[in-house]
Amino acid sequence: MSEHIVSPKIYLGIFAALMILTATTVYAATVDLNEHFPGLNVIVALVIATCKAILVILFFMHAYYSSKRTKLIIFSGFFWLAIMLALTLSDYGSRTWDLH
Amino acid sequence: MSTSPTTPAVHQLPEEHYLNSTYGLRSWLLTTDHKRIALLYLASVTFFFFIGGIFATMIRIHLLTPNGYLVTPETYNKLFTMHGVAMIFFFLIPSIPAVLGNFLVPLMIGAKDLAFPKINLLSWYIYLVGGCFVLYSFATGGLDTGWTFYTPLSSVYSNSAVTPAVIGIFINGFSSILTGLNFVVTIHTMRAPGMTWFRLPLFVWAQYATSIIFILGTPVIAITLLLVGLERMFHLGFFNPALGGDPILFQHLFWFYSHPAVYIMILPAMGVISEIIPTFTRKPIFGYTFIAASSIAIAVIGFFVWAHHMFLTGESTYAALAFSLLSYLVAIPSAVKVFNWTSTLYRGSISYDTPLLYSLGFIGLFLIGGLTGLFLACLGLDIHIHDTYFVVAHFHYIMVGGAVMGYVGGLHFWWPKITGKLYPEFLARMAAVILFVGFNLTFFPQFILGYLGMPRRYHNYPPEFQVLNVMSTAGASILALGYLLPMLYLTWSMRYGKVAGPNPWPATGLEWRTPSPPPTENFDVTPVVDWEAYDFKNRPDLGLTQPSGPALSPAHGDD
Repeated sequence: MSEHIVSPKIYLGIFAALMILTATTVYAATVDLNEHFPGLNVIVALVIATCKAILVILFFMHAYYSSKRTKLIIFSGFFWLAIMLALTLSDYGSRTWDLH
Repeated sequence: MSTSPTTPAVHQLPEEHYLNSTYGLRSWLLTTDHKRIALLYLASVTFFFFIGGIFATMIRIHLLTPNGYLVTPETYNKLFTMHGVAMIFFFLIPSIPAVLGNFLVPLMIGAKDLAFPKINLLSWYIYLVGGCFVLYSFATGGLDTGWTFYTPLSSVYSNSAVTPAVIGIFINGFSSILTGLNFVVTIHTMRAPGMTWFRLPLFVWAQYATSIIFILGTPVIAITLLLVGLERMFHLGFFNPALGGDPILFQHLFWFYSHPAVYIMILPAMGVISEIIPTFTRKPIFGYTFIAASSIAIAVIGFFVWAHHMFLTGESTYAALAFSLLSYLVAIPSAVKVFNWTSTLYRGSISYDTPLLYSLGFIGLFLIGGLTGLFLACLGLDIHIHDTYFVVAHFHYIMVGGAVMGYVGGLHFWWPKITGKLYPEFLARMAAVILFVGFNLTFFPQFILGYLGMPRRYHNYPPEFQVLNVMSTAGASILALGYLLPMLYLTWSMRYGKVAGPNPWPATGLEWRTPSPPPTENFDVTPVVDWEAYDFKNRPDLGLTQPSGPALSPAHGDD
């Protein structure tokens, strides 16, 4: 399979986007968002981190240019992570329920 | 019984094959031939089987008497921990995939090697490095946490050699991941012309399903044990409540891998059985598609059941209900396999050669192991038998009765292909029977002990449990003989055994269409597959006189 050549412009663009998102993370951490909604600081930080990870996977790891099979494998990894988190949290989330 | 219909053909070993194509230590240690790497793994996992076996022997001798005079309680804790670590991480998990899978997957799909031969060799070295760390841990006092490494015992309180062991298992995980990755890519991209997905041998399907678990599950255990190491060494709070961690979180992460790990052990064994049964019944396997799909189903559903290990350790009752229900679901694809195997036996032209004896043993033992698993998945009953010898008996029926029977049966089935030689059939049948009897005598009393309330991991017990414990230890001695015998005669056969020829059983797979032992490149010409899997009718090359009926018999006529 021939390797897709990515232009330096795209790499630099993604790098710039990552830097901006990093700066946003730092800035968001200095603002008290929790007073609007409990835990919002963490949610915002995680959303930004997820965006950064998606950029890295799609462009730096070439997933964007890969075959459907490769995309399926990557998706499977995240799906399995979601299974682990969801079922583990099903335990933590239901511990406070009453047994009546 | 197998008798040769005509004068048995006199076979000769091929002039050049993978074993004699190059010589010297360097040619083995730097080999990228999947068959040689399989043999390197064979030697390594056998070594760890011995280590684990020695610990098991000491445990059983200690339990001969209620007060156990052989070792101190602290040493006893170390013995069962080291037995579990050696057997699970360094024998059972790599045994069939890394030995038989490495040897057979390329041969079965008509490829010259695995997709990444150097990575294949790398995986063996990684296994060795991981193994050295674990041996170092054993040699420097051992560890006493149980193979489950439950926190905060493992991360805070244990003063044994936990750190090198978790580092060793962390490193070893990468060996599994690389093997799984290699198999998936090979099966996807390197099948011979005509070898469609539904013509693949079921062993390959099983390896594929196992590889999925390797790739998706192993990183979790690797990182989890690394976190234990970090908490132990640097007091970072992951699982220790005093540092803000949560011990139940460890159990979730640990079992997310370690329950599917049971399917890493049993799925390849099921693949072996699916190869052996059609061969010795001279019939296409019943329900090919369902057996193939059930392997994938077991691999996937196996990831949804882990917290049934935690019903009594602080998990929410509602989550326990869900995990109990999900655990029952695994029984469905498992039963699909058992019913299909037995249906294949029905009206087959059966020859009771050694591999089939192991397969029949597997079906019976796996059935008991699987059904007692349903007992444990039942929330109410589990309260009574949790952490008792019932659990020990259950998982030994799966891991030893199932996985090891499959592995030893598979070794016998493909031994003529691996070495080019036949083993003494009568002795081998004896060993299979001895193993079956020894196994049941060892572990069936443990079901009763557990039901009567004997807890696992205790170094002593009330005197009324002694008879059953003595029975178990006596069975272990017979079991040890059952393992030693094949080691002796298989080794003997490498030099003195009769020459097997390319297809002594005969079997339908591609691996039997190349000389025994195969050449380094596996096939002189890339094979083209124009027959369905396990098709005995349209294969005149197999030398069977009729497509079905009692006159069919294997060509080796060894007995």
